[in-house]
Amino acid sequence: MIICITAQGKEKSSRVDPRFGRCAYFCFYNTDTDEYSFEKNAFAGGVGGVGVQTGEMMARKEVKVVLTGQVGPNAYRTLEAGGIEVYPNADGTIEEAVGAFLGGQYSKTSGPTGPARHA
Amino acid sequence: MPDPGESMTVAIASGKGGTGKTTVAVGLANALERDVQLLDCDVEEPNDHLFLSLEGIRSVEHSIPVPRVNQDLCTACGKCSGFCEFNALALLKDRVLVFDNLCHGCGGCTIICPEQAIREEDRPTGRIVYGTCGRIEHIYGDLNTGEPMAPPLIRTVKREITGKKPVIIDSPPGTTCPMVTAVKDADFCLLVTENTPFGLHDLEMAVEVLGDMEMPMGVVINRSDIGKSGVKEFCREKNIPILLEIPYSRTIAEKYAVGLSIVDAEPQYRRKFVEMYAKIEEMAAEATEKQVEVSENAGGAGGHR
Repeated sequence: MIICITAQGKEKSSRVDPRFGRCAYFCFYNTDTDEYSFEKNAFAGGVGGVGVQTGEMMARKEVKVVLTGQVGPNAYRTLEAGGIEVYPNADGTIEEAVGAFLGGQYSKTSGPTGPARHA
Repeated sequence: MPDPGESMTVAIASGKGGTGKTTVAVGLANALERDVQLLDCDVEEPNDHLFLSLEGIRSVEHSIPVPRVNQDLCTACGKCSGFCEFNALALLKDRVLVFDNLCHGCGGCTIICPEQAIREEDRPTGRIVYGTCGRIEHIYGDLNTGEPMAPPLIRTVKREITGKKPVIIDSPPGTTCPMVTAVKDADFCLLVTENTPFGLHDLEMAVEVLGDMEMPMGVVINRSDIGKSGVKEFCREKNIPILLEIPYSRTIAEKYAVGLSIVDAEPQYRRKFVEMYAKIEEMAAEATEKQVEVSENAGGAGGHR
């Protein structure tokens, strides 16, 4: 299973980025192989609808779980349609967040956690 | 551009909100004492009409066409979502999602769909209100509360420009899409500011945006005797003329509070606004000449518009 964590940097020791669509980096963690990979967020500077773009990308990459700070209504609807579960209020480093998720410390949201953020 | 003096369009903008755009827009429209179109494009908070005794008021609903996808005809090719500049469509698991609040109503997805699976539905965003006050023909957009999509309504208000009389556009504050949409294609932009840190900061941003648009501009400093944040120094450095200074006046504020224009509160501003308008006409004409020269030097390919 692939977990996507929104990240402020490209290291396992980087902190979780609380922004979903406008985070600095995406971290993809594969639970089967215990591998981390990082990608710069090319949508971060977009004019609008970046949450939708980000959600679309995650669905294409077959992400199943997202760990992030907050998700807006457009982003949530996209992730939901893509069958992706969202765990908000993640914090600490990437490694800590993954550990907390796998340890069952985070709870899934069944709706957006805040309003849409425009550019 | 139309011949200056006959049907010039002047946009009033500011960057920072609350600096006095309405005061200047309504004051100027009143002071000109000629047939003029006053368009309030600050559609999230139109308030010019509060200072005009409008007659013959009528309004028309405004909506934008948003896509509705027939999932039976859709083959999930992704052309529509790939085309949409605003990410109003997304392809998820062989299904197209539509985000109405991101859609600008351009109609591109409907045209591009090879299966003709998209039809359009009108989504109301606000209304356009028409009225007259003496020689002022007033038109304003009134965006629905909570509606994020202002530019289409602003464009519709601006389609009322006849080109037969001078136009004054009251623009939204800020420097984002609504402001750019309101100011675009004007012959001159008048920036109303105040000599405070926020006034200067937002003026700098507005000047940068207008510079990119190659827009001739001038500045009005409102409550000019309050604050010392370097607005004049900035204007001098950027070579932007200060066309009018309005010192703080309790009389102007009191009359404003009961819906009276600055030119009724302090009649000397009639003459000052008329003089300012004459300067704007000269500057807009000079800017046009320069553009003509530039385009002629570039092989007569026409102006930047």
